Amino acid sequence: MRVLVIARTVPDSRATIRVNASGGAIETTGVAMICDPFDELGVEQGVRLREGRPDVTEAVVMSAGPGPATPQDQALRAALAMGIDRGIYVHGDLVTPPARYDELLLARVLAAAIKAEEAKNGEFALILCGKAAIDTDAGELGPALGELLNRPSIGAATKIEIGADAKSLKATRRGDGVSEAIEASLPAVVSCEKGLAEPRFASLPNIMKAKKKPVEMVSAADLPGLAGIKATTKVVKLSPPAPRAPCKMLAGEPAQMASELVRLLRSEAKVI
Amino acid sequence: MGANVLVYIESRGGRALAGSVQLLTLAAQIAAGGRVEAVVVGPDAATIAANVAKRGAAAVHTVEGEPFAMYGALAYARAVEQAMKQAQASVLLLATSEQSRDFAPRVAARLNATMATDCTHVEIAGDALRVQRPMYARKCMVEIEMPGGVRVLSVRPNTFEAPGEGTPGSVSPLSVTLDAGDAKARTLESVRSGGQAMDVAEADVIVTGGQSLKTTENFKILQELADELDGAVGATRAAVDAGLQPYPKQVGLTGKTVTPRLYIACGVDGAVQHLAGMRGSKIVVAINTKKEAPIFGEATYGCVADLFTLVPLITQEVKKLHGASA
Repeated sequence: MRVLVIARTVPDSRATIRVNASGGAIETTGVAMICDPFDELGVEQGVRLREGRPDVTEAVVMSAGPGPATPQDQALRAALAMGIDRGIYVHGDLVTPPARYDELLLARVLAAAIKAEEAKNGEFALILCGKAAIDTDAGELGPALGELLNRPSIGAATKIEIGADAKSLKATRRGDGVSEAIEASLPAVVSCEKGLAEPRFASLPNIMKAKKKPVEMVSAADLPGLAGIKATTKVVKLSPPAPRAPCKMLAGEPAQMASELVRLLRSEAKVI
Repeated sequence: MGANVLVYIESRGGRALAGSVQLLTLAAQIAAGGRVEAVVVGPDAATIAANVAKRGAAAVHTVEGEPFAMYGALAYARAVEQAMKQAQASVLLLATSEQSRDFAPRVAARLNATMATDCTHVEIAGDALRVQRPMYARKCMVEIEMPGGVRVLSVRPNTFEAPGEGTPGSVSPLSVTLDAGDAKARTLESVRSGGQAMDVAEADVIVTGGQSLKTTENFKILQELADELDGAVGATRAAVDAGLQPYPKQVGLTGKTVTPRLYIACGVDGAVQHLAGMRGSKIVVAINTKKEAPIFGEATYGCVADLFTLVPLITQEVKKLHGASA
Protein backbone atom coordinates (compact mmCIF):
# COMPACT_ATOMS: atom_id res chain seq x y z
CA MET A 1 0.00 0.00 0.00
CA ARG A 2 1.38 3.42 -0.97
CA VAL A 3 0.35 6.79 0.47
CA LEU A 4 0.57 10.19 -1.22
CA VAL A 5 0.45 13.48 0.64
CA ILE A 6 -0.04 16.80 -1.11
CA ALA A 7 1.86 19.67 0.53
CA ARG A 8 1.65 23.24 -0.69
CA THR A 9 4.07 26.06 0.09
CA VAL A 10 2.17 29.13 1.31
CA PRO A 11 3.00 32.46 3.00
CA ASP A 12 3.23 32.24 6.79
CA SER A 13 -0.17 33.11 8.31
CA ARG A 14 1.49 35.98 10.22
CA ALA A 15 3.04 37.49 7.07
CA THR A 16 1.97 40.88 5.75
CA ILE A 17 0.37 40.37 2.35
CA ARG A 18 1.03 42.97 -0.36
CA VAL A 19 -0.20 42.90 -3.93
CA ASN A 20 2.66 43.01 -6.47
CA ALA A 21 3.13 45.70 -9.11
CA SER A 22 1.19 43.81 -11.80
CA GLY A 23 -1.79 43.42 -9.45
CA GLY A 24 -2.05 39.77 -10.49
CA ALA A 25 -0.30 38.08 -7.58
CA ILE A 26 1.17 38.84 -4.18
CA GLU A 27 4.66 40.10 -3.45
CA THR A 28 6.71 37.11 -2.26
CA THR A 29 10.07 38.79 -1.75
CA GLY A 30 10.80 38.88 1.97
CA VAL A 31 7.68 36.86 2.83
CA ALA A 32 8.34 33.80 5.00
CA MET A 33 6.97 30.66 3.34
CA ILE A 34 5.79 27.55 5.19
CA CYS A 35 4.16 24.21 4.52
CA ASP A 36 0.41 24.77 4.58
CA PRO A 37 -0.79 23.93 8.13
CA PHE A 38 -3.77 21.88 6.87
CA ASP A 39 -1.59 19.98 4.38
CA GLU A 40 0.79 19.35 7.28
CA LEU A 41 -1.97 17.38 9.03
CA GLY A 42 -2.01 15.04 6.04
CA VAL A 43 1.78 14.79 6.10
CA GLU A 44 1.67 13.76 9.76
CA GLN A 45 -1.06 11.22 9.08
CA GLY A 46 0.97 9.85 6.14
CA VAL A 47 4.11 9.51 8.27
CA ARG A 48 2.16 7.77 11.04
CA LEU A 49 0.78 5.23 8.56
CA ARG A 50 4.26 4.65 7.11
CA GLU A 51 5.75 4.14 10.57
CA GLY A 52 2.85 2.23 12.06
CA ARG A 53 1.88 -0.23 9.36
CA PRO A 54 4.29 -2.70 7.77
CA ASP A 55 2.04 -2.93 4.70
CA VAL A 56 2.58 0.76 3.91
CA THR A 57 5.60 0.42 1.66
CA GLU A 58 6.08 4.02 0.64
CA ALA A 59 4.91 7.54 1.50
CA VAL A 60 5.43 10.15 -1.20
CA VAL A 61 4.93 13.92 -1.04
CA MET A 62 3.84 16.00 -4.03
CA SER A 63 4.30 19.75 -4.10
CA ALA A 64 3.83 22.26 -6.90
CA GLY A 65 5.15 25.69 -7.73
CA PRO A 66 7.56 27.71 -9.83
CA GLY A 67 10.64 25.97 -10.97
CA PRO A 68 12.32 23.86 -11.93
CA ALA A 69 15.21 24.59 -9.61
CA THR A 70 13.58 25.15 -6.25
CA PRO A 71 15.28 22.84 -3.80
CA GLN A 72 14.05 25.27 -1.16
CA ASP A 73 10.37 24.41 -1.58
CA GLN A 74 9.37 24.56 2.08
CA ALA A 75 6.45 22.16 1.91
CA LEU A 76 8.60 19.47 0.31
CA ARG A 77 11.42 20.03 2.80
CA ALA A 78 9.06 19.96 5.79
CA ALA A 79 7.33 16.77 4.66
CA LEU A 80 10.61 14.94 3.98
CA ALA A 81 12.00 16.07 7.35
CA MET A 82 8.86 14.79 9.09
CA GLY A 83 9.44 11.33 7.63
CA ILE A 84 8.02 11.10 4.10
CA ASP A 85 10.26 8.91 1.89
CA ARG A 86 10.59 10.95 -1.29
CA GLY A 87 9.20 13.91 -3.17
CA ILE A 88 7.71 14.86 -6.51
CA TYR A 89 7.85 18.53 -7.45
CA VAL A 90 5.47 19.63 -10.20
CA HIS A 91 6.57 22.93 -11.66
CA GLY A 92 5.61 25.50 -14.24
CA ASP A 93 3.36 28.46 -14.92
CA LEU A 94 0.30 26.19 -14.70
CA VAL A 95 0.85 25.75 -10.96
CA THR A 96 2.22 29.20 -10.14
CA PRO A 97 0.07 32.31 -9.42
CA PRO A 98 -2.01 33.64 -11.07
CA ALA A 99 -2.88 30.24 -12.67
CA ARG A 100 -2.41 28.66 -9.22
CA TYR A 101 -5.42 30.65 -7.94
CA ASP A 102 -7.61 28.44 -10.17
CA GLU A 103 -7.75 25.44 -7.87
CA LEU A 104 -9.66 23.21 -10.29
CA LEU A 105 -6.75 23.73 -12.70
CA LEU A 106 -4.33 22.72 -9.93
CA ALA A 107 -6.45 19.61 -9.34
CA ARG A 108 -6.33 18.73 -13.07
CA VAL A 109 -2.54 19.14 -13.19
CA LEU A 110 -1.93 17.16 -10.01
CA ALA A 111 -4.37 14.44 -11.14
CA ALA A 112 -2.29 14.08 -14.33
CA ALA A 113 0.93 13.94 -12.30
CA ILE A 114 -0.58 11.31 -9.97
CA LYS A 115 -1.72 9.19 -12.92
CA ALA A 116 1.78 9.37 -14.43
CA GLU A 117 3.36 8.33 -11.12
CA GLU A 118 0.86 5.51 -10.58
CA ALA A 119 1.49 4.18 -14.10
CA LYS A 120 5.17 3.78 -13.16
CA ASN A 121 5.03 2.64 -9.55
CA GLY A 122 1.51 1.49 -8.75
CA GLU A 123 -1.63 2.94 -7.21
CA PHE A 124 -1.77 5.13 -4.11
CA ALA A 125 -4.28 3.58 -1.72
CA LEU A 126 -4.67 6.90 0.05
CA ILE A 127 -4.14 10.50 -1.04
CA LEU A 128 -4.11 13.12 1.72
CA CYS A 129 -4.28 16.92 1.48
CA GLY A 130 -5.42 19.81 3.66
CA LYS A 131 -9.13 20.72 3.74
CA ALA A 132 -8.04 24.03 2.18
CA ALA A 133 -4.74 25.81 1.71
CA ILE A 134 -4.48 28.98 3.80
CA ASP A 135 -3.47 31.09 0.79
CA THR A 136 -6.41 30.49 -1.56
CA ASP A 137 -8.84 29.04 1.01
CA ALA A 138 -10.70 27.34 -1.84
CA GLY A 139 -10.67 23.76 -0.56
CA GLU A 140 -11.52 22.45 -4.01
CA LEU A 141 -8.43 20.26 -4.40
CA GLY A 142 -9.38 17.13 -2.40
CA PRO A 143 -12.92 16.58 -3.75
CA ALA A 144 -11.83 17.54 -7.29
CA LEU A 145 -8.94 15.03 -7.17
CA GLY A 146 -11.42 12.40 -6.01
CA GLU A 147 -13.64 13.13 -8.99
CA LEU A 148 -10.82 13.32 -11.56
CA LEU A 149 -9.26 10.07 -10.32
CA ASN A 150 -12.67 8.42 -9.94
CA ARG A 151 -12.23 7.78 -6.21
CA PRO A 152 -14.34 8.64 -3.19
CA SER A 153 -13.39 11.86 -1.40
CA ILE A 154 -13.89 12.73 2.24
CA GLY A 155 -13.63 16.40 3.17
CA ALA A 156 -12.64 17.91 6.55
CA ALA A 157 -11.68 14.58 8.13
CA THR A 158 -10.86 14.67 11.84
CA LYS A 159 -10.14 10.95 12.15
CA ILE A 160 -9.23 8.16 9.73
CA GLU A 161 -8.73 4.49 10.28
CA ILE A 162 -7.53 2.18 7.52
CA GLY A 163 -9.04 -1.32 7.69
CA ALA A 164 -6.71 -4.21 8.53
CA ASP A 165 -7.24 -5.63 5.03
CA ALA A 166 -6.16 -2.27 3.50
CA LYS A 167 -9.27 -2.26 1.33
CA SER A 168 -11.40 0.32 3.10
CA LEU A 169 -11.29 3.19 5.56
CA LYS A 170 -13.54 4.65 8.20
CA ALA A 171 -13.43 8.38 8.73
CA THR A 172 -15.07 11.05 10.82
CA ARG A 173 -15.62 14.38 9.12
CA ARG A 174 -16.70 17.73 10.49
CA GLY A 175 -19.86 18.89 8.79
CA ASP A 176 -21.97 21.97 9.55
CA GLY A 177 -22.62 21.54 13.27
CA VAL A 178 -22.53 17.77 12.81
CA SER A 179 -19.96 15.06 12.91
CA GLU A 180 -20.34 12.44 10.17
CA ALA A 181 -19.03 8.88 10.18
CA ILE A 182 -18.15 7.64 6.70
CA GLU A 183 -17.00 4.34 5.29
CA ALA A 184 -15.20 4.32 1.94
CA SER A 185 -13.38 1.83 -0.19
CA LEU A 186 -9.72 2.38 -1.08
CA PRO A 187 -8.23 4.00 -3.05
CA ALA A 188 -9.63 7.26 -1.63
CA VAL A 189 -8.82 10.95 -1.22
CA VAL A 190 -9.07 12.53 2.22
CA SER A 191 -8.88 16.28 3.01
CA CYS A 192 -7.61 16.86 6.53
CA GLU A 193 -9.16 19.05 9.21
CA LYS A 194 -7.60 20.24 12.46
CA GLY A 195 -7.74 17.53 15.09
CA LEU A 196 -6.71 14.72 12.73
CA ALA A 197 -3.08 14.37 13.86
CA GLU A 198 -0.94 16.96 15.61
CA PRO A 199 2.05 17.53 13.29
CA ARG A 200 5.42 16.70 14.83
CA PHE A 201 8.44 18.99 14.91
CA ALA A 202 11.20 17.62 12.72
CA SER A 203 14.43 16.93 14.59
CA LEU A 204 17.69 18.43 13.35
CA PRO A 205 19.12 15.04 12.26
CA ASN A 206 15.91 14.38 10.30
CA ILE A 207 16.10 17.82 8.68
CA MET A 208 19.67 16.97 7.58
CA LYS A 209 18.62 13.51 6.34
CA ALA A 210 15.73 15.05 4.38
CA LYS A 211 18.21 16.94 2.21
CA LYS A 212 19.46 13.62 0.82
CA LYS A 213 16.01 12.22 0.03
CA PRO A 214 15.21 12.01 -3.69
CA VAL A 215 12.98 14.65 -5.29
CA GLU A 216 11.70 14.06 -8.80
CA MET A 217 11.14 17.15 -10.94
CA VAL A 218 8.07 17.05 -13.20
CA SER A 219 7.25 19.79 -15.70
CA ALA A 220 3.49 20.42 -15.57
CA ALA A 221 3.29 21.32 -19.25
CA ASP A 222 4.83 17.96 -20.24
CA LEU A 223 2.36 15.79 -18.35
CA PRO A 224 0.26 13.50 -20.55
CA GLY A 225 -3.26 14.69 -21.23
CA LEU A 226 -2.57 18.32 -20.38
CA ALA A 227 -1.76 19.60 -23.86
CA GLY A 228 -3.36 23.01 -24.35
CA ILE A 229 -4.75 23.18 -20.81
CA LYS A 230 -4.91 26.62 -19.24
CA ALA A 231 -6.69 28.44 -16.47
CA THR A 232 -10.38 28.79 -17.28
CA THR A 233 -10.84 31.64 -14.85
CA LYS A 234 -8.98 34.91 -15.28
CA VAL A 235 -7.54 36.82 -12.34
CA VAL A 236 -8.56 40.43 -12.96
CA LYS A 237 -6.81 41.87 -9.95
CA LEU A 238 -5.89 41.41 -6.32
CA SER A 239 -6.61 44.19 -3.88
CA PRO A 240 -6.42 44.81 -0.16
CA PRO A 241 -9.79 44.50 1.60
CA ALA A 242 -11.82 47.71 1.91
CA PRO A 243 -10.92 49.46 5.15
CA ARG A 244 -13.52 49.72 7.88
CA ALA A 245 -14.82 53.07 9.05
CA PRO A 246 -13.07 54.15 12.26
CA CYS A 247 -14.40 52.59 15.44
CA LYS A 248 -16.92 54.67 17.38
CA MET A 249 -15.76 54.60 21.01
CA LEU A 250 -18.49 54.79 23.63
CA ALA A 251 -17.88 56.79 26.79
CA GLY A 252 -19.36 56.93 30.27
CA GLU A 253 -20.12 54.54 33.09
CA PRO A 254 -20.79 50.87 32.17
CA ALA A 255 -24.56 51.32 32.57
CA GLN A 256 -24.55 54.31 30.20
CA MET A 257 -22.33 52.45 27.75
CA ALA A 258 -24.68 49.48 27.74
CA SER A 259 -27.81 51.53 27.03
CA GLU A 260 -26.03 53.66 24.41
CA LEU A 261 -24.66 50.55 22.68
CA VAL A 262 -28.06 48.86 22.51
CA ARG A 263 -29.61 52.10 21.20
CA LEU A 264 -26.95 52.35 18.45
CA LEU A 265 -27.31 48.68 17.49
CA ARG A 266 -31.07 49.20 17.27
CA SER A 267 -31.44 52.56 15.55
CA GLU A 268 -28.13 53.26 13.80
CA ALA A 269 -26.77 49.83 12.79
CA LYS A 270 -30.26 48.27 12.72
CA VAL A 271 -28.97 44.82 13.60
CA ILE A 272 -31.06 44.00 16.67
CA MET B 1 -27.15 36.89 -19.65
CA GLY B 2 -29.99 34.56 -20.57
CA ALA B 3 -28.58 31.42 -18.94
CA ASN B 4 -30.50 28.77 -17.04
CA VAL B 5 -29.45 28.85 -13.39
CA LEU B 6 -29.77 26.09 -10.79
CA VAL B 7 -29.67 26.90 -7.07
CA TYR B 8 -28.77 24.12 -4.64
CA ILE B 9 -30.98 24.58 -1.58
CA GLU B 10 -29.20 23.07 1.40
CA SER B 11 -31.39 21.40 3.98
CA ARG B 12 -30.40 22.03 7.58
CA GLY B 13 -32.47 20.34 10.26
CA GLY B 14 -35.60 20.21 8.09
CA ARG B 15 -35.35 23.82 6.94
CA ALA B 16 -33.72 25.52 3.99
CA LEU B 17 -30.41 27.15 4.83
CA ALA B 18 -31.05 30.91 4.59
CA GLY B 19 -27.80 31.45 2.67
CA SER B 20 -29.02 29.20 -0.13
CA VAL B 21 -32.51 30.76 -0.39
CA GLN B 22 -30.81 34.18 -0.70
CA LEU B 23 -29.14 32.92 -3.89
CA LEU B 24 -32.48 32.92 -5.72
CA THR B 25 -32.02 36.70 -5.89
CA LEU B 26 -28.65 36.34 -7.62
CA ALA B 27 -30.01 33.54 -9.80
CA ALA B 28 -32.73 35.85 -11.18
CA GLN B 29 -30.11 38.50 -12.02
CA ILE B 30 -27.87 36.02 -13.82
CA ALA B 31 -30.74 34.25 -15.62
CA ALA B 32 -32.16 37.51 -17.09
CA GLY B 33 -34.59 35.78 -19.41
CA GLY B 34 -33.32 32.27 -18.72
CA ARG B 35 -34.94 29.97 -16.19
CA VAL B 36 -34.24 29.82 -12.46
CA GLU B 37 -34.61 26.36 -10.99
CA ALA B 38 -33.68 24.84 -7.65
CA VAL B 39 -32.88 21.43 -6.29
CA VAL B 40 -33.39 20.13 -2.75
CA VAL B 41 -31.90 16.81 -1.68
CA GLY B 42 -32.71 14.78 1.42
CA PRO B 43 -35.56 13.53 3.58
CA ASP B 44 -37.24 16.94 4.00
CA ALA B 45 -36.94 17.91 0.34
CA ALA B 46 -40.66 18.11 -0.44
CA THR B 47 -41.55 20.38 2.48
CA ILE B 48 -38.61 22.68 1.84
CA ALA B 49 -39.30 22.75 -1.90
CA ALA B 50 -42.86 23.99 -1.37
CA ASN B 51 -41.50 27.07 0.41
CA VAL B 52 -38.66 27.66 -2.04
CA ALA B 53 -41.03 27.47 -5.01
CA LYS B 54 -42.70 30.70 -3.79
CA ARG B 55 -39.42 32.62 -4.00
CA GLY B 56 -38.73 32.88 -7.68
CA ALA B 57 -37.80 29.33 -8.72
CA ALA B 58 -39.80 28.33 -11.81
CA ALA B 59 -39.23 24.67 -10.96
CA VAL B 60 -37.95 22.96 -7.84
CA HIS B 61 -36.58 19.42 -8.13
CA THR B 62 -36.73 17.20 -5.08
CA VAL B 63 -34.46 14.22 -4.60
CA GLU B 64 -35.48 11.81 -1.85
CA GLY B 65 -34.94 8.17 -0.99
CA GLU B 66 -32.59 5.97 0.95
CA PRO B 67 -29.25 6.96 -0.66
CA PHE B 68 -29.99 10.61 0.16
CA ALA B 69 -31.31 10.14 3.69
CA MET B 70 -28.00 11.36 5.11
CA TYR B 71 -25.58 13.69 3.40
CA GLY B 72 -22.84 11.95 1.42
CA ALA B 73 -20.54 13.61 -1.14
CA LEU B 74 -20.92 10.98 -3.88
CA ALA B 75 -24.72 10.67 -3.85
CA TYR B 76 -25.30 14.42 -3.48
CA ALA B 77 -22.84 15.26 -6.27
CA ARG B 78 -24.72 12.84 -8.53
CA ALA B 79 -28.11 14.34 -7.60
CA VAL B 80 -26.99 17.91 -8.27
CA GLU B 81 -25.21 16.96 -11.50
CA GLN B 82 -28.41 15.31 -12.77
CA ALA B 83 -30.51 18.31 -11.71
CA MET B 84 -28.10 20.52 -13.73
CA LYS B 85 -28.78 18.35 -16.78
CA GLN B 86 -32.54 18.28 -16.16
CA ALA B 87 -32.61 22.08 -15.85
CA GLN B 88 -30.22 22.48 -18.80
CA ALA B 89 -28.46 24.93 -16.55
CA SER B 90 -25.02 26.40 -17.15
CA VAL B 91 -24.66 28.11 -13.76
CA LEU B 92 -24.85 26.35 -10.38
CA LEU B 93 -25.14 28.44 -7.21
CA LEU B 94 -24.56 27.09 -3.69
CA ALA B 95 -24.17 28.71 -0.28
CA THR B 96 -20.69 28.32 1.21
CA SER B 97 -20.84 25.60 3.86
CA GLU B 98 -18.88 22.55 4.95
CA GLN B 99 -21.33 20.50 2.89
CA SER B 100 -20.99 22.46 -0.35
CA ARG B 101 -17.21 22.61 0.06
CA ASP B 102 -17.27 18.82 0.29
CA PHE B 103 -19.26 17.97 -2.84
CA ALA B 104 -19.47 21.00 -5.18
CA PRO B 105 -15.88 20.64 -6.50
CA ARG B 106 -16.79 17.10 -7.60
CA VAL B 107 -19.76 18.45 -9.56
CA ALA B 108 -17.59 21.17 -11.10
CA ALA B 109 -14.84 18.74 -12.11
CA ARG B 110 -17.40 16.35 -13.60
CA LEU B 111 -19.12 19.05 -15.63
CA ASN B 112 -15.74 20.42 -16.75
CA ALA B 113 -16.82 23.71 -15.22
CA THR B 114 -14.98 26.68 -13.81
CA MET B 115 -15.43 27.22 -10.12
CA ALA B 116 -15.14 29.95 -7.49
CA THR B 117 -15.62 29.11 -3.82
CA ASP B 118 -16.92 31.47 -1.14
CA CYS B 119 -17.64 34.52 -3.31
CA THR B 120 -18.47 37.72 -1.44
CA HIS B 121 -19.46 39.74 -4.51
CA VAL B 122 -20.86 38.67 -7.87
CA GLU B 123 -21.43 40.89 -10.86
CA ILE B 124 -22.60 40.20 -14.39
CA ALA B 125 -20.36 41.49 -17.19
CA GLY B 126 -21.96 40.53 -20.50
CA ASP B 127 -21.70 36.76 -20.79
CA ALA B 128 -19.06 36.60 -18.08
CA LEU B 129 -19.38 36.60 -14.31
CA ARG B 130 -17.03 38.70 -12.24
CA VAL B 131 -16.65 37.49 -8.70
CA GLN B 132 -14.69 38.57 -5.68
CA ARG B 133 -13.45 36.19 -3.05
CA PRO B 134 -11.12 36.53 -0.10
CA MET B 135 -7.68 34.95 -0.09
CA TYR B 136 -4.70 34.90 2.27
CA ALA B 137 -6.92 34.87 5.35
CA ARG B 138 -8.94 37.87 4.09
CA LYS B 139 -5.78 39.98 3.88
CA CYS B 140 -6.40 40.20 0.16
CA MET B 141 -9.43 40.11 -2.15
CA VAL B 142 -9.15 38.60 -5.59
CA GLU B 143 -11.38 39.55 -8.49
CA ILE B 144 -11.88 36.71 -10.93
CA GLU B 145 -13.55 36.67 -14.31
CA MET B 146 -15.40 33.50 -15.21
CA PRO B 147 -16.12 33.49 -18.95
CA GLY B 148 -18.89 31.42 -20.59
CA GLY B 149 -19.34 27.69 -20.22
CA VAL B 150 -20.53 25.86 -17.13
CA ARG B 151 -19.84 27.75 -13.91
CA VAL B 152 -20.11 26.69 -10.28
CA LEU B 153 -20.17 29.41 -7.63
CA SER B 154 -20.42 29.05 -3.91
CA VAL B 155 -21.44 32.30 -2.28
CA ARG B 156 -20.94 33.48 1.30
CA PRO B 157 -24.25 33.59 3.24
CA ASN B 158 -25.73 37.09 3.73
CA THR B 159 -24.18 38.42 0.51
CA PHE B 160 -27.66 38.76 -1.02
CA GLU B 161 -31.11 39.38 0.47
CA ALA B 162 -33.67 36.61 0.03
CA PRO B 163 -36.35 37.41 -2.59
CA GLY B 164 -39.93 38.03 -1.48
CA GLU B 165 -42.76 35.60 -2.09
CA GLY B 166 -44.48 35.49 -5.47
CA THR B 167 -46.34 33.12 -7.77
CA PRO B 168 -45.21 29.62 -6.82
CA GLY B 169 -43.22 27.57 -9.32
CA SER B 170 -43.68 23.85 -9.84
CA VAL B 171 -42.34 21.18 -7.48
CA SER B 172 -41.53 17.74 -8.84
CA PRO B 173 -39.47 14.75 -7.79
CA LEU B 174 -36.33 14.03 -9.78
CA SER B 175 -35.35 10.41 -10.10
CA VAL B 176 -31.60 10.11 -9.72
CA THR B 177 -29.68 7.04 -10.87
CA LEU B 178 -26.51 6.30 -8.95
CA ASP B 179 -23.71 4.41 -10.63
CA ALA B 180 -21.36 1.79 -9.14
CA GLY B 181 -18.74 4.44 -8.32
CA ASP B 182 -21.25 6.32 -6.16
CA ALA B 183 -21.39 3.33 -3.81
CA LYS B 184 -17.67 3.60 -2.96
CA ALA B 185 -18.46 5.66 0.13
CA ARG B 186 -21.43 5.88 2.43
CA THR B 187 -22.34 7.89 5.50
CA LEU B 188 -22.91 5.65 8.50
CA GLU B 189 -24.18 8.28 10.91
CA SER B 190 -24.47 12.00 11.42
CA VAL B 191 -24.31 13.29 14.98
CA ARG B 192 -25.05 16.81 16.12
CA SER B 193 -21.79 18.13 17.65
CA GLY B 194 -21.38 20.64 20.46
CA GLY B 195 -24.66 19.82 22.18
CA GLN B 196 -27.85 21.74 21.45
CA ALA B 197 -26.08 25.07 20.96
CA MET B 198 -26.23 26.76 17.58
CA ASP B 199 -23.27 26.37 15.21
CA VAL B 200 -21.20 29.58 15.00
CA ALA B 201 -20.94 29.34 11.22
CA GLU B 202 -24.75 29.46 10.95
CA ALA B 203 -25.38 32.11 13.56
CA ASP B 204 -26.51 35.60 12.64
CA VAL B 205 -25.24 36.99 15.92
CA ILE B 206 -22.07 35.77 17.62
CA VAL B 207 -20.82 36.65 21.10
CA THR B 208 -17.17 35.62 21.34
CA GLY B 209 -14.94 35.27 24.37
CA GLY B 210 -11.21 34.91 24.74
CA GLN B 211 -8.88 33.39 27.27
CA SER B 212 -9.55 36.32 29.59
CA LEU B 213 -12.87 34.64 30.47
CA LYS B 214 -10.65 32.23 32.47
CA THR B 215 -13.28 29.53 33.14
CA THR B 216 -15.95 27.68 31.19
CA GLU B 217 -18.42 28.83 33.84
CA ASN B 218 -17.71 32.49 32.98
CA PHE B 219 -18.78 31.88 29.38
CA LYS B 220 -22.35 31.71 30.76
CA ILE B 221 -22.63 35.50 30.76
CA LEU B 222 -21.83 35.45 27.03
CA GLN B 223 -24.34 32.64 26.49
CA GLU B 224 -27.06 34.69 28.20
CA LEU B 225 -26.46 37.62 25.84
CA ALA B 226 -26.27 35.27 22.85
CA ASP B 227 -29.55 33.62 23.86
CA GLU B 228 -31.24 37.00 24.16
CA LEU B 229 -30.07 37.89 20.62
CA ASP B 230 -30.85 34.42 19.14
CA GLY B 231 -27.16 33.97 18.53
CA ALA B 232 -24.29 31.64 19.31
CA VAL B 233 -21.22 31.79 21.51
CA GLY B 234 -17.83 31.78 19.79
CA ALA B 235 -14.33 31.46 21.18
CA THR B 236 -10.78 32.40 20.28
CA ARG B 237 -8.11 29.80 19.64
CA ALA B 238 -6.49 30.58 23.00
CA ALA B 239 -9.79 29.91 24.80
CA VAL B 240 -10.24 26.63 22.90
CA ASP B 241 -6.63 25.54 23.48
CA ALA B 242 -7.12 26.30 27.20
CA GLY B 243 -10.10 23.94 27.17
CA LEU B 244 -12.68 26.63 27.97
CA GLN B 245 -14.77 25.92 24.86
CA PRO B 246 -14.96 23.08 22.30
CA TYR B 247 -13.21 23.41 18.93
CA PRO B 248 -16.39 23.78 16.81
CA LYS B 249 -16.90 27.18 18.48
CA GLN B 250 -13.48 28.45 17.43
CA VAL B 251 -13.50 31.51 15.19
CA GLY B 252 -10.33 32.27 13.25
CA LEU B 253 -7.85 31.05 10.70
CA THR B 254 -7.74 27.49 12.03
CA GLY B 255 -11.37 27.56 13.16
CA LYS B 256 -14.51 28.85 11.47
CA THR B 257 -14.74 31.88 9.22
CA VAL B 258 -17.91 33.70 10.17
CA THR B 259 -19.93 36.51 8.61
CA PRO B 260 -22.71 37.33 11.03
CA ARG B 261 -24.84 40.45 11.08
CA LEU B 262 -23.48 41.25 14.55
CA TYR B 263 -20.22 40.12 16.16
CA ILE B 264 -19.61 40.99 19.80
CA ALA B 265 -16.00 40.36 20.87
CA CYS B 266 -15.66 40.21 24.64
CA GLY B 267 -12.18 40.32 26.10
CA VAL B 268 -10.74 39.40 22.71
CA ASP B 269 -7.52 41.24 21.87
CA GLY B 270 -7.70 40.47 18.15
CA ALA B 271 -4.76 38.31 17.02
CA VAL B 272 -4.29 38.40 13.24
CA GLN B 273 -5.49 34.79 12.98
CA HIS B 274 -8.67 35.63 14.89
CA LEU B 275 -9.39 38.75 12.82
CA ALA B 276 -9.04 36.59 9.69
CA GLY B 277 -12.05 34.58 10.81
CA MET B 278 -14.42 37.42 11.72
CA ARG B 279 -13.45 40.29 9.43
CA GLY B 280 -16.49 39.68 7.23
CA SER B 281 -18.94 40.46 10.05
CA LYS B 282 -21.30 43.34 9.26
CA ILE B 283 -21.24 45.11 12.63
CA VAL B 284 -18.52 44.45 15.19
CA VAL B 285 -18.68 45.43 18.85
CA ALA B 286 -15.42 45.25 20.81
CA ILE B 287 -15.34 45.13 24.60
CA ASN B 288 -11.87 45.18 26.09
CA THR B 289 -10.11 46.82 29.04
CA LYS B 290 -7.06 47.62 26.86
CA LYS B 291 -7.85 50.55 24.60
CA GLU B 292 -4.88 49.72 22.34
CA ALA B 293 -6.15 46.16 21.60
CA PRO B 294 -6.08 45.47 17.81
CA ILE B 295 -9.73 44.35 17.89
CA PHE B 296 -10.79 48.02 18.08
CA GLY B 297 -9.26 48.48 14.61
CA GLU B 298 -11.90 46.07 13.25
CA ALA B 299 -14.78 47.28 15.37
CA THR B 300 -17.77 49.46 14.52
CA TYR B 301 -18.43 50.25 18.19
CA GLY B 302 -15.86 50.05 20.96
CA CYS B 303 -16.23 49.93 24.74
CA VAL B 304 -13.15 50.19 26.92
CA ALA B 305 -14.64 48.35 29.86
CA ASP B 306 -14.54 45.21 31.94
CA LEU B 307 -16.62 42.59 30.19
CA PHE B 308 -17.72 40.99 33.47
CA THR B 309 -19.50 44.26 34.37
CA LEU B 310 -20.60 45.39 30.92
CA VAL B 311 -21.90 42.22 29.26
CA PRO B 312 -24.64 41.51 31.88
CA LEU B 313 -25.73 45.18 31.60
CA ILE B 314 -26.02 44.84 27.81
CA THR B 315 -28.06 41.65 28.28
CA GLN B 316 -30.39 43.56 30.61
CA GLU B 317 -30.79 46.41 28.08
CA VAL B 318 -31.60 43.96 25.29
CA LYS B 319 -34.13 42.26 27.55
CA LYS B 320 -35.76 45.63 28.23
CA LEU B 321 -35.92 46.29 24.49
CA HIS B 322 -37.49 42.91 23.80
CA GLY B 323 -39.91 43.42 26.69
CA ALA B 324 -40.97 46.76 25.21
CA SER B 325 -41.51 45.42 21.69
CA ALA B 326 -43.24 42.21 22.78
